[in-house]
Amino acid sequence: MVEPIIRLDNIHKSYGKDDILKGISLEIMEGEVVVIIGPSGTGKSTLLRCINQLTVPNSGRVWVDGVELTDPKVDINKARRHIGFVFQDVNLFNHLNALNNISIGLKLVLGMPAPNAKEKALLELKRVGLEQKADLYPGQLSGGQKQRVAIARALAMDPRVMLFDEPTSALDPELIGEVLEVMKKLAREGMTMVCVTHEMGFAREVASRIIFMEHGVVVEEGSPEQMFANPQFNRTREFLGKISELYGKHTE
Amino acid sequence: MTEIFSGLIPYILTGLQVTLEVTVLALGMGFLIGLALALLRVYGGKASSSIIAVVTMVIRALPHILLLLLAYFAIAAVVNLTPFWAGSLSLAIISSAYQCEILRGALLSVGAGQMMAARTLGMTRLQAIRHIILPQALRQAIPAWSNEAAIVVKDSSLVYVLGVPEILRKAQYYSARTYQPFTAFIAVAVVYFLLTFLTNRGLSALERKLRTPG
Ligand SMILES: Nc1ncnc2c1ncn2[C@@H]1O[C@H](COP(=O)(O)OP(=O)(O)OP(=O)(O)O)[C@@H](O)[C@H]1O
Ligand SMILES: [Mg+2]
Repeated sequence: MVEPIIRLDNIHKSYGKDDILKGISLEIMEGEVVVIIGPSGTGKSTLLRCINQLTVPNSGRVWVDGVELTDPKVDINKARRHIGFVFQDVNLFNHLNALNNISIGLKLVLGMPAPNAKEKALLELKRVGLEQKADLYPGQLSGGQKQRVAIARALAMDPRVMLFDEPTSALDPELIGEVLEVMKKLAREGMTMVCVTHEMGFAREVASRIIFMEHGVVVEEGSPEQMFANPQFNRTREFLGKISELYGKHTE
Repeated sequence: MTEIFSGLIPYILTGLQVTLEVTVLALGMGFLIGLALALLRVYGGKASSSIIAVVTMVIRALPHILLLLLAYFAIAAVVNLTPFWAGSLSLAIISSAYQCEILRGALLSVGAGQMMAARTLGMTRLQAIRHIILPQALRQAIPAWSNEAAIVVKDSSLVYVLGVPEILRKAQYYSARTYQPFTAFIAVAVVYFLLTFLTNRGLSALERKLRTPG
């Protein structure tokens, strides 16, 4: 039997009295593209952050690539190297140009010599179509370009999985397409991806599974065909029906 | 008139080196102490953070001359330092309280997302602070820091009370000897003005040079 590359077992997370995640279990196989949808405040970002322990769950266990990250003895910095994370608000390092945004992790975390790191960073920029922008600083790039650099930064670490937290929802509509193209290409190359996104065109095209979350639990999951054509729960149907209204027409 | 250029100015300038040394020592040590305090304040535990908050608040509430005397006698009770070193160290401690506030503000102005992004790449907290947060925070801090630098230039005159022969004390000697207090003190005023002016100019040039494009 093949092991899942990401496994969550009964994850609970609360802030004060608020139970945000109420026992989430999930298995994701290598090469899968999982899209997570759900209303605002439902705990999608919290769930994604629990995977790389940016948020530490109150209980439950997380494995990525065979390593238990919730094990107190684990070297979390080492484990995170190979879990790419892309933020809604991008978070490029503002004082570094595009190239150095990518190479700094290679040098500092992987100990790669500077010339090799530079070469690899340029390669990653090429992968997202931005090799001409290597010398520009975040403040000189458009929102879409910034997010592509952020994706390149994560890819440079040779991640085993990529986690995306609404990577396009802070972008102007006309810039969303270029980011989605990069993500689709990545999906077709076989990258394991977990994406919180309401871009249903993207989900339809590349998702192997859609998970609908609400109030800290998984309500329903299934293939895109099944989820769009024939959801089991009314709540899923309602939410899918409202997505383009909630998140804009371009999502279709 | 020629006496001003042949007598007064050369005499006062013999104190300039001391003034500059006190200033640079106070600012430099104050920066190192202030930075350590600011890092503990922002990234340290609750206890150390509250202690530092209270101590720096008290320092900032008192007159510098009083603090200088307090610190001087406190230091003198523990170690045997010359007035020059004890004075510089006292000024450094005073300045560190202000620099701590400046640097704390600068650290906090770097958004939490920068730390998170660094950690997701696998950087340790220390690496993230050193390579991601500090370079941004220090750039951000230059204008406020330049203000503090000008204050320390002026505060270097306080070590006068400890008998350290910096320019103000030299001017006082001169005026006692020649009965020309105005000429002496105006000459010192010009020197302080030039020092603060050049400090501010220098630091704003540095800020422009280090400014991130975009
Ligand atoms: N650090 C925190 N401290 C306290 N509450 C938090 C914290 N982080 C998240 N929450 C709360 O947890 C809940 C779930 O947040 P989360 O960001 O995971 O939702 P989400 O599904 O990603 O929503 P959105 O679609 O708006 O991004 C929210 O009510 C939020 O206020
Ligand atoms: Mg979210």
